[in-house]
Amino acid sequence: MRDAAPAMRKITREDIECLAVGAWILGTGGGGSPYLGLLNMRRLYAEGHRVELMSPFDLDGEDRVAVVSNMGAPLVGQERLADSRNIARAVAMQEEYSSVKFRAVMSLEIGGGNGIQPLMAAAHLGLPVVDADLMGRAYPEAQMTSVAVGDLRPYPCALYDPRGLESIVTNVPSWKWMERVTRKICVEMGSIASTCKAPRTGREIKDWGIHFTVSKAIGIGRRVREAQRRHEDPIAAILGEAQGKQLFRGKVVDVARRATEGFLRGRCVIEGLDEHRGARLELAFQNEWVVAWRAEGEKRNPIAMSPDLICVLDTVSGNAFGTETIRYGMRVTVVALPAPPVFLTPKGLEHVGPRAFGYDLDFRSVFA
Amino acid sequence: MRRIGIDVGGTNTDAVLLQDGKVVHAVKTPTTEDVTSGIVTALGLLSGHPEVARGAIDGVVIGTTHFVNAVVQRRHLSPVAAIRIGLPASASLPPFCDWPEDLAALVRGEVIMLEGGHEYDGREFMPFDEAGMRAAARQIRDSGLRSVAIAASFSPLDPSHEERARAILAEECPEASITLSHELGRIGLLERENAALLNAALADLARVTIAGFRDAIAASHIDAPLFITQNDGTVMSAEMAMALPVMSFASGATNSMRGAAFLSGLQDAMVVDVGGTSSDVGQLRRGFPREANSVVEIGEVRTLFRMPDLFSIGLGGGSIVSESPVTVGPQSVGYRLTEEALVFGGKTLTVTDAAVTAAVVKIGEVKNAAGVPRDLARAVLDIAKAKLEDAIDRMKTEAGDVPLIAVGGGAFLVPKKLAGVSEVIRVEHGDCANAVGAAIAQISGETDQVYREMRREDAIAAAEAQAVERAVAAGAERSTLQTVDVEDMPLAYLPGNALRVRVRVAGEMRGPGEH
Repeated sequence: MRDAAPAMRKITREDIECLAVGAWILGTGGGGSPYLGLLNMRRLYAEGHRVELMSPFDLDGEDRVAVVSNMGAPLVGQERLADSRNIARAVAMQEEYSSVKFRAVMSLEIGGGNGIQPLMAAAHLGLPVVDADLMGRAYPEAQMTSVAVGDLRPYPCALYDPRGLESIVTNVPSWKWMERVTRKICVEMGSIASTCKAPRTGREIKDWGIHFTVSKAIGIGRRVREAQRRHEDPIAAILGEAQGKQLFRGKVVDVARRATEGFLRGRCVIEGLDEHRGARLELAFQNEWVVAWRAEGEKRNPIAMSPDLICVLDTVSGNAFGTETIRYGMRVTVVALPAPPVFLTPKGLEHVGPRAFGYDLDFRSVFA
Repeated sequence: MRRIGIDVGGTNTDAVLLQDGKVVHAVKTPTTEDVTSGIVTALGLLSGHPEVARGAIDGVVIGTTHFVNAVVQRRHLSPVAAIRIGLPASASLPPFCDWPEDLAALVRGEVIMLEGGHEYDGREFMPFDEAGMRAAARQIRDSGLRSVAIAASFSPLDPSHEERARAILAEECPEASITLSHELGRIGLLERENAALLNAALADLARVTIAGFRDAIAASHIDAPLFITQNDGTVMSAEMAMALPVMSFASGATNSMRGAAFLSGLQDAMVVDVGGTSSDVGQLRRGFPREANSVVEIGEVRTLFRMPDLFSIGLGGGSIVSESPVTVGPQSVGYRLTEEALVFGGKTLTVTDAAVTAAVVKIGEVKNAAGVPRDLARAVLDIAKAKLEDAIDRMKTEAGDVPLIAVGGGAFLVPKKLAGVSEVIRVEHGDCANAVGAAIAQISGETDQVYREMRREDAIAAAEAQAVERAVAAGAERSTLQTVDVEDMPLAYLPGNALRVRVRVAGEMRGPGEH
């Protein structure tokens, strides 16, 4: 992570192209493809809109920040195409209800399509985007954020559907209740909703935000696109940019999926190639990749787990594969990227460690 | 069963007669600008064989790259009126929003967006805007546009809003040719709509071309139904091809792989098709090419077409050889091989000349290549071998050695032994494998739907039953239908065990009079 990020910088068209690639990689298999968000931003920029990126440390302690995300099923998002005005409306609902004037917007999760949502809101509202998020990747549930680890106030939450359906969840006793109640509303709206989470202060973002993740996603995307243009190895470029480690390289030989409690859970098996020939990697997922085991003969050991980021990438292009789209025969490289430190504390691991996903494992970092 | 298969390629038009599972006769003739006269020539050559003239033909199956080339080359495209049914959602990303500007400028006629569409669970998203559609239909009538594409949200689950829109349009503008997006496939509104728009843009060309195919057959005194091959190695009727020309987009490569499977008798193998300029490597699974994973771009437009997963390298019989250091391709003399290669009296050193020098093959005048050093020829073939091995390794999906079927005019470049390959299989008529693939093409049916509150096995069975009915409706013999692809996926974040199931079945073409 860079300490000397520029205070306020213009986000260029090329930055947004890079962000779409990088956010999909940081999505760790979930979060939905950023493609439709990218199309919205191309259009907004063609119409003359521009968005600026600000450092979280340039926020005043009393500034209010809108935290946005598109909630729901990525599959529904393929038929109800992201419309930049919806997320802007969710922010306006929150301003009206909470009687606040937002200084800036930011992403709930940098991973997947939600990495681009705050740019769409920002373009319409004329606000800057804070270079931070609350996950550093994508996670499936509302309590899997840095502000939930910090026990900050979970309410109110605004949900919007373009048919004129507007809901505010005004009070809940915990983040888990926020997850349950908003999930129900979202399903009624057709399993997709534009949301603006509880407003955060500048102080809270400085203390609990995961900083400079927008720049990080842009940087990763830029290195991948450069490598693709120069016919260099995009995987090596990602590892260099994000201080990652390569875990495995091979071909997908099995994918089993099942829906439980409204989530996509399952397992993916990759057979090793090159220096991994003879070994297998098994990946468990709940929307996102959660745990990776390496198996060789009788031995089977967990080698990576949440909160470390597990990314499954196209070996040739370096682009990410999602848990919904990964299929038999794909040639993939699996890499790990370091987790945000907030999730490495005992409280952080309660929220997003392997046991939060039902795996009775003690967290051991790939980078320990 | 006697069937004629024709492949209309960029260079050659190949034709074969297949009778009771055997290739009776195969011919090659240059492709012509009008396509039709090349087919007439090929059929004329084919009819010269006594066995061909001896009895009735059950069907003529044509594989062609004509429609995909029209999109890639931006030729013969009609302007289209686009109707999107799904407001108030998706408004900021209208039809054509991700098209390259040059193609959009040719195809974009009117863009109309209306309220309506469905949700993932079959509920209406919004009531269908009847009055708006009536006004849109009159607007289209007055504009003079006659090709229309209609796409509604979640129409693969519930096509009723697209169908209602078509009915209103037909009342107001009876001569319009209409493409409904759900007839082209899968979940993914933008990609499905793009396919419908491309299809509508090809409507006029499809009418003219298919009519030309029919004329060519009639002119050859053949009385048999015409079929066109699609991307997945199966056929559609000429009527369906006229309505859905985009379904033929990738059929050339598919046909050569299917032909390789048929000629070798293998269902699971790698295939390499070596042409004049490039080689395509793919993998057969259960006799069909493995499909590509990712979104497929046609002429820079994102679609979700079923396409075979191929890896292409710049290596063919016409690849140009440079010396010191020795390199091979990707430049090629292409269809000018028979003028420019040394063995044909030309001045360009090609891979074919190296193969002749190394006595791998006898083509043209061997003495013309006498000046080529033996060790250079060897080095060229070694490079060709390394390129093939790399391509095969990239496409393999299992660790062990696998059989490789070598087809195409340049198949002699494939050596007997290759890393990762258990056996190189060569077949008679391998140079016409794509026409053979057209002749043997099957009929398929596919569904892609979301099921709720059903056991997984029941949902798959329901999908299979629907796919079977679609295949039978398309002309398949029911008893021969087999499931060739099943994919099920629970919908993330949704309760109620919602399961998306995609099933594809394929089987033999029904003979005349059978039902």
